[in-house]
Amino acid sequence: MHGLAETASHAAGYVFPNDLHVHWSLMIVLYPYITGIVAGAFIVSSLYHVFHVKELKPIARFALVFALAFLACATMPLMNHLGHPERAMNMMLTPNPTSAMAGFGYIYSAYAIVLIMEILFIYRETMVRLKAKASGFMRFLYSILTFGSDNISPQALKLDHKIISFLAGIGIPMACVLHGYVGFIFGGVKANPLWATPLMPVIFLLSACVSGIAGIILTYFVIKRGQVDMVCIRTCIKFLWGFFILDFVFEMLEVFSHAYMATHHWHTLHALLWGPLYNSYWVGQVMIFSIIPFFILMALSLIRFSDGVVKFFAPLVSLMILIQVLLMRWNVVIGGQLMSKSERGSVFFRPEWLEKEGILAAIIIMVAPIVILYILGKIFPFWQEDDPVARQEAVG
Amino acid sequence: METMQEIKREIDRDRRAFIKKVLGGTIAGSLLLVIPAGAMDLPEQIPGMKEETGPFIKKKKFVFIVDVTRCIGCGSCCVADKNEYQVPDGFYRTWVERYIIDDLDNVYVDSPNGGLAGYQKPREDIKGKVRDTFFVPKLCNMCEHPSCTQVCPVGATFQTKDGFVLIDYKRCVGCGYCIQACPYSVRYLHPVTRTADKCTWCYHRVRKGLLPACVNVCPVQARKFGDVNDKNSEVYKILHEPHVISVLKPDMGNKPSLHYLGLRREVV
Repeated sequence: MHGLAETASHAAGYVFPNDLHVHWSLMIVLYPYITGIVAGAFIVSSLYHVFHVKELKPIARFALVFALAFLACATMPLMNHLGHPERAMNMMLTPNPTSAMAGFGYIYSAYAIVLIMEILFIYRETMVRLKAKASGFMRFLYSILTFGSDNISPQALKLDHKIISFLAGIGIPMACVLHGYVGFIFGGVKANPLWATPLMPVIFLLSACVSGIAGIILTYFVIKRGQVDMVCIRTCIKFLWGFFILDFVFEMLEVFSHAYMATHHWHTLHALLWGPLYNSYWVGQVMIFSIIPFFILMALSLIRFSDGVVKFFAPLVSLMILIQVLLMRWNVVIGGQLMSKSERGSVFFRPEWLEKEGILAAIIIMVAPIVILYILGKIFPFWQEDDPVARQEAVG
Repeated sequence: METMQEIKREIDRDRRAFIKKVLGGTIAGSLLLVIPAGAMDLPEQIPGMKEETGPFIKKKKFVFIVDVTRCIGCGSCCVADKNEYQVPDGFYRTWVERYIIDDLDNVYVDSPNGGLAGYQKPREDIKGKVRDTFFVPKLCNMCEHPSCTQVCPVGATFQTKDGFVLIDYKRCVGCGYCIQACPYSVRYLHPVTRTADKCTWCYHRVRKGLLPACVNVCPVQARKFGDVNDKNSEVYKILHEPHVISVLKPDMGNKPSLHYLGLRREVV
């Protein structure tokens, strides 16, 4: 246990002496996973707010709060990973303009501002009404979140709506930039043949959309204990399948292109994919968690099953997709470090439970967004039936 | 009784004399520590370094040359390096690789513990007849276009005007991006300082006109260091004469200042 770099369990072939350490561990697996879920959830909300996919209305607001809960935790794995977290702000104060990593603070902050503003405007009318009923701390909180404005006249709401459309509009390219950029952090490392491909940002972005949609379907089911809007779920499943087709095809195309061109890089990659990564890549990511969900999603999208069947398979397939994306992050982040730059060997790595960046820390970080989501749920009602404005509309 | 007292007196006198000598020795020794006895006047191993007084070396361009045909794999350079920087176990600023090529064209490479203990025993798992063997010392390539400085988010790893790639340990955030970006795997995260670390070509020694520690101890002059602008230097002569000279991974486009004399194509 070094506390920083985690040491590989054993090596095969010749590995450069410094390559026995896996410097980017579980935390850096979680970082693109969490930002991906954020970007994907935002896309779901935008499908309703910008592209007017009416069927997604029941989850459009929830998707934004869900995105915020995960966004709030996106920096946690990074801070836990840094050797000197107290110097982290230097990345924003004195950034190195040629560093891909230095952009994260700016992109993340800008995106956070857009997301928070959008949530505040979407919920403004609701919060004004809730404030009237609330007392004490909640009343104070709603006053701050509504910027002290109680104006819910038709003109004011019309302006709100314009602002929401604008924010959702610029939010889409920003969500794409946020996650495409995370892909570029890896894709721009020329020294690593697994990472260095222009396809990397594309694959990251598509898998982000997939994980966000799957995350929303699953939490929608869990929170509502199965009492979900079936039209909405069926639409989500169709979008999930659509994005997953693109995602999976690009993931496979990347490996196929490497194999077909068969440069000297392929020999290293071959040794990796059929060596230390065999189980997590071929068995886990591809066979179990891609091909099986692919056919389940295809069946759910093309055949009109009864509600009971959809209610059984939709959360199950979403969970499988979430695992697929987590495995994909693992295989990219950890996998890339398992090949030595000696091009002659690779290492085997298994995370420890109690390391600083071990499995326990990873679980805590993945539970944190759920806790935050619970707290946010006390402030922003997720569902229409809990929302005085939406309920009124429904009655009217 | 009288003889007994005489003996006691004799012992007391000896004791006093002993204490006096100890005190005298201590004071003299301390003075030696306080007064620098010619320590500042080390002979210049790199000519002309005393004239370099500014923050940057201006007129010199340093290169490092490793002569693969000379290295005997003794590991002295690795020991000198570990002592110079107190490099923690399991991390390497420099290391020596052993290459064995058999007549079936199988390439066997190893570097147990970075070659720190030297290569004292032959490998016994070679399938064919041994065709060629050689040692390859590795260290920072001091690239002209370094990947590490490109990716460092805070500019903690930087290139000096005289071509050294160094790390500001007070700025480094310990993200490890430079380690991922370096094509030569010469970097590591130091477990004590929690920052990135790597070979500096002994910048602190070079500024004082001394050769890097590994160059200094090499018994066969397999490691050479000098100013390529100085036409009398050995490195100038090597680089300007017909030799088999190459750099590692030239297709990375990093343009290393570390050159290898007699490098074989098998070396990565």
